[in-house]
Amino acid sequence: MDSKLFPEGVQRCSFGKFLIWSCFILAFFLWGLYAAVLVLYNGIGTTGLDNYFGFGLWITFDLAVIALGAGAFFTGFLKYILKIKQLEKIINLTVIVGFICYSGAMLVLTLDIGQPGRAWFGYWHPNVHSMLTEVIFCITCYCTVLIIEYVPLILEQKQLNKVPFIHALAHNMHVNMALFAGLGTFLSTFHQGSLGGMYGVLIGRPYAFREGFFIWPWTFFLFVISAVGSGPVFTVLVCTFMEKLTGKKLVEYKVKALMGKIAGTMLTVYVFLKILDTWAWATGYLPSVGLTFDDMFYGVAYGKWMMFTEIVLCGVLPAIMLIVPSIRNKPALLYTAALLDCIGVTINRYVFTVQTIAFPAMPFDKWYVYYPNWVEWASSVMIVAYGFLVLSLSYRYLPVFPQERHLNYK
Amino acid sequence: MHMKEFKIKWGMVIDIDKCTGCGACMVACQVENNIAPMTKKDPYNYVQALTKDRDDADNKLRTLTWMNVYELSNGKSFPEHEVAYLPRPCMQCGNPACVPVCPVVATDKNEEGGIVSQIYPRCIGCRYCMAACPYHARYFNWWDPLWPEGMDKQLSPAVSPRPRGVVEKCNFCHTRYAKAKDQARENGEDPMNLAEGAYVPACAEICPSGAITFGDLNNPEHKVHELAKSPHAFRLLEKLGLHPQVYYMSKREWVRKQGDNYNAGDKH
Repeated sequence: MDSKLFPEGVQRCSFGKFLIWSCFILAFFLWGLYAAVLVLYNGIGTTGLDNYFGFGLWITFDLAVIALGAGAFFTGFLKYILKIKQLEKIINLTVIVGFICYSGAMLVLTLDIGQPGRAWFGYWHPNVHSMLTEVIFCITCYCTVLIIEYVPLILEQKQLNKVPFIHALAHNMHVNMALFAGLGTFLSTFHQGSLGGMYGVLIGRPYAFREGFFIWPWTFFLFVISAVGSGPVFTVLVCTFMEKLTGKKLVEYKVKALMGKIAGTMLTVYVFLKILDTWAWATGYLPSVGLTFDDMFYGVAYGKWMMFTEIVLCGVLPAIMLIVPSIRNKPALLYTAALLDCIGVTINRYVFTVQTIAFPAMPFDKWYVYYPNWVEWASSVMIVAYGFLVLSLSYRYLPVFPQERHLNYK
Repeated sequence: MHMKEFKIKWGMVIDIDKCTGCGACMVACQVENNIAPMTKKDPYNYVQALTKDRDDADNKLRTLTWMNVYELSNGKSFPEHEVAYLPRPCMQCGNPACVPVCPVVATDKNEEGGIVSQIYPRCIGCRYCMAACPYHARYFNWWDPLWPEGMDKQLSPAVSPRPRGVVEKCNFCHTRYAKAKDQARENGEDPMNLAEGAYVPACAEICPSGAITFGDLNNPEHKVHELAKSPHAFRLLEKLGLHPQVYYMSKREWVRKQGDNYNAGDKH
């Protein structure tokens, strides 16, 4: 029915099948949309957040998807600036995943702020001392860059591309893409860092506070490196998931292993620095404010197991797995390492968001445990569903994978 | 560390040994500052009526208590068991954690007097300041403020009510400060040199046991100037370096020790 819209020389499932799949995803999306309407209409009181937990699942979700979406800027940087040619086989996917992650995060933020109508105040009344101002600047700008990077891919759609003007436009955008890749790298590095900086500057929150270099706390650098250490393999995971779902080979394994190598190298650097940082925090900073390492943990929700899972099981282990070629070259092990890596960075974002504010700084106060309610889950699921929809549509109609024809039909 | 210095520094000294934990300060604060009572039903919101109710005052993590009284315990069992009550307004920190983090300058510390402001029409409700404040002095308007029929007639005319979705906090009854300065001008006095008692927040005024003393910490004619220097005086979480303008005092050592963390083995 819609086969004329498919990319050149590839096969896609029937329209009916695609429709059923889309409706399945749409059901989740609508559930989340209902939650989002409740939030916007009734207020954030409908969530599980409270005065102790002003940040919760939404911010964790935002930080996690922004970190995992880092594959876009970092791969763009390596492909366009450092000219690693192989990466062009996966670059389109990284752009789409990045676009989904960033636009999704911005949608969640619209729900998360109490006065969405005032979101533009970040530009109008900026506080240049706030890390969050920098985050607002950079994620909005970078989201625009991602749109600019995504547009030529849409313009390359078979039927659209027949229009001479669109063809020329897409071509010219491609020619200048290195500029946007560079711009994206700059913007993205800064806001990945500022997201970490947001926590590192909290002088009142001993769990997160860090010394640093000039105006940037160590968390600034740790967040940048952990994002580039996990974003590329997240794209690999998305790609592999799509391969399993469609039953086709979309990107050759060599490219995936290369992405694993890149992420693994960065992850190794990150884990090394993270361990140093944790050590200095536990033995230097904490005692200076009268606290001990043990004081920072509580029960199961905020237990030490989480830290060890994050740093050892989902840090050291995947780092080793990704940098050792013989392990990395086995698909099952590469995907396992990639999964652990992504879980690790998500735990990191979770503890920095939730455990930071859960720790009762006042000795007479107590720990509270935060549970997100269905409204927060549903609206987050909405974003995931939105991602699935964008990816499904892109895969069906846009030439996302340059190798697909070669790998499957020749 | 750079700290803004002020000629006038409004501060409180709260004598914990005098506090009975009656909560009058909390009530006075809520009335003075137009903090809406928590009501389950919202008769103006039909969507709300169809879904889950709002929180009522049971949910203490959702209530707005600019002034909040904490109960302290010495942790011992009877007969050595002792409790104390610690009223916690906004500390109006000299080096506030909340001010530099606000992305839109909706909170600032730049007015003579050193009170940390909150600009409700500018707040976007991101709650980053709440995450920053270790004293939990900041509160978010989770629901639309609603005053039951008739209660709206008691609203303080000088204090602006806040909409849903913004953060608010104690501002030492700032409207009373403005009023006191106006009064001084009318009387031909210097508004920058208010006499003791010319400006007093509602909590300090109502406290039946006189536990809260309020004044200019920099003015030797004000009682707080001396009280803050008492050997029994302390500030909350002093080691974090936020330099609160609210002091506490207690003759009991266990109470003073709860003002900060000493778990790492360092001495009081």
